[in-house]
Amino acid sequence: MSESTWQLLLDSLWPLIHGAITGTIPLALASFAIGLVLALGLALMRLSKRRWLSSIAQVYISIVRGTPLLVQLFVIFYGLPSLGIVIDPWPSAIVAFSINVGGYAAEVIRAAILSVPKGQWEAAYMIGMSHRRALTRIILPQAARVSVPPLSNTFISLVKDTSLASLILVTELFREAQQVAAFSQQFMALYLEAALLYWVICLVLSSGQGVLEKRLDRYVAH
Amino acid sequence: MSPTDQKLLTVRGLQKSFGDNQVLKSIDLTVARGEVLALIGPSGSGKTTVLRCLNGLEIADGGTIEIIGADDATHAPVTIDFAAAHGSRAGVPKKTLGTLRDRSAMVFQHYNLFPHKTVLENVMEGPVVVQRRPRAEVETEALALLERVGLGEKRDSYPFELSGGQQQRVGIVRALALRPTLLLFDEPTSALDPELVGDVLRLIKELAAEGWTMVIVTHELEFAREVATEVAFVDGGTIVEHGDPKEMLRNPQHERTRQFLHRLLFPF
Ligand SMILES: Nc1ncnc2c1ncn2[C@@H]1O[C@H](COP(=O)(O)OP(=O)(O)OP(=O)(O)O)[C@@H](O)[C@H]1O
Ligand SMILES: [Mg+2]
Repeated sequence: MSESTWQLLLDSLWPLIHGAITGTIPLALASFAIGLVLALGLALMRLSKRRWLSSIAQVYISIVRGTPLLVQLFVIFYGLPSLGIVIDPWPSAIVAFSINVGGYAAEVIRAAILSVPKGQWEAAYMIGMSHRRALTRIILPQAARVSVPPLSNTFISLVKDTSLASLILVTELFREAQQVAAFSQQFMALYLEAALLYWVICLVLSSGQGVLEKRLDRYVAH
Repeated sequence: MSPTDQKLLTVRGLQKSFGDNQVLKSIDLTVARGEVLALIGPSGSGKTTVLRCLNGLEIADGGTIEIIGADDATHAPVTIDFAAAHGSRAGVPKKTLGTLRDRSAMVFQHYNLFPHKTVLENVMEGPVVVQRRPRAEVETEALALLERVGLGEKRDSYPFELSGGQQQRVGIVRALALRPTLLLFDEPTSALDPELVGDVLRLIKELAAEGWTMVIVTHELEFAREVATEVAFVDGGTIVEHGDPKEMLRNPQHERTRQFLHRLLFPF
């Protein structure tokens, strides 16, 4: 590689990192937080004895998981305006990603809740707890432990998927890379640089997952 | 009626079906204050189901349960009429069901301790979070109870760090800490290694001697003979016969009881 390419990589490093800090990471965090709340609600609906509640959640999950994220993103950003609903790039991205995370994480949380032994519900009822209290104090903390690995995977996928937001004009890591690449015509170098940065972010997240699992593991036999 | 022979628990015509399977046909039993009732019977006869109905974990389809409180002056008897509820949880007034739960506490076959809470937290959860008693007072009482079953040092351990016998003693302390009027035990030692059974049975025997009122499902005939004031043989969803443990276990009146006891004594 020529010296000028190295110089370009070095010069573009800050814009790309800046894109990650102001775009990729907050986009992923906000969407994940909203998505998790949505997912918990959907998981509880799925587990509800009321058939219609369960069905609504089931249909939602099926649609979200059965359609491409890019299409969901385009429907919201490019499609809705034709119905007179115009949403800016950032909120569009957050809405799309949240909806998407909600669908995937709901199944994870549902499975985690179901994995807690029935005896835990019964012990909670025995000491006088209501359904809601048993859920929040006894069942969900145990389900949380089980769902950390799969939810971490969901989060890591989400971080990578945020690159799609560049297609609806959100300035984030990949869009910065595209812009520098277009300007300098150094596509290979810039896209590899972007890939490397995503990889670093995911490595950090994976180690964070390890720490979290350890913390939650203190009450489990090894 | 003197307070000692007043019935603390009265069950009349209790019925429970799971789908087409009528598990409890008609259960009648009474337990006076300070009495220990042992339920024995073959697998699948409905013993666990009886206990679960008494704790409100299962809603019976018919019959009544009446239970009085720890102190007559403040705890009037409550009666739940399950025929009126048609086997649905919604049919039973929440408050009445709550009272039934408050007054009885269950010790599970598989302990069912909360794995994400320490021993002390397991014991304090009900009194503090549900009963809203002052934390400091509950803690003192919980520690005294743990001390008494020899587990004071384990207060900050998690359940997985304890042996089965220790876990079950925590299970018993968790039930006691709720200050129930009635203690329910579902085969409290059947999941334990044989050498750990003694500790738990000894503890239950001590509780009986202290005057706790209990219903115990057990296969430990020797234990039933020694600790129970009454034994009832459950088979096919009814109580086939009941009576004084020493008398009944030596000289059962019914053929089914005789066969059952024979099988327990001579398993092969
Ligand atoms: N939740 C349930 N749903 C359907 N059937 C049930 C349920 N609980 C219990 N049963 C059935 O009810 C019957 C009685 O069960 P129960 O657990 O009360 O018996 P048990 O006398 O305690 O037996 P064991 O000595 O094996 O513990 C069994 O046939 C069982 O399959
Ligand atoms: Mg049983």
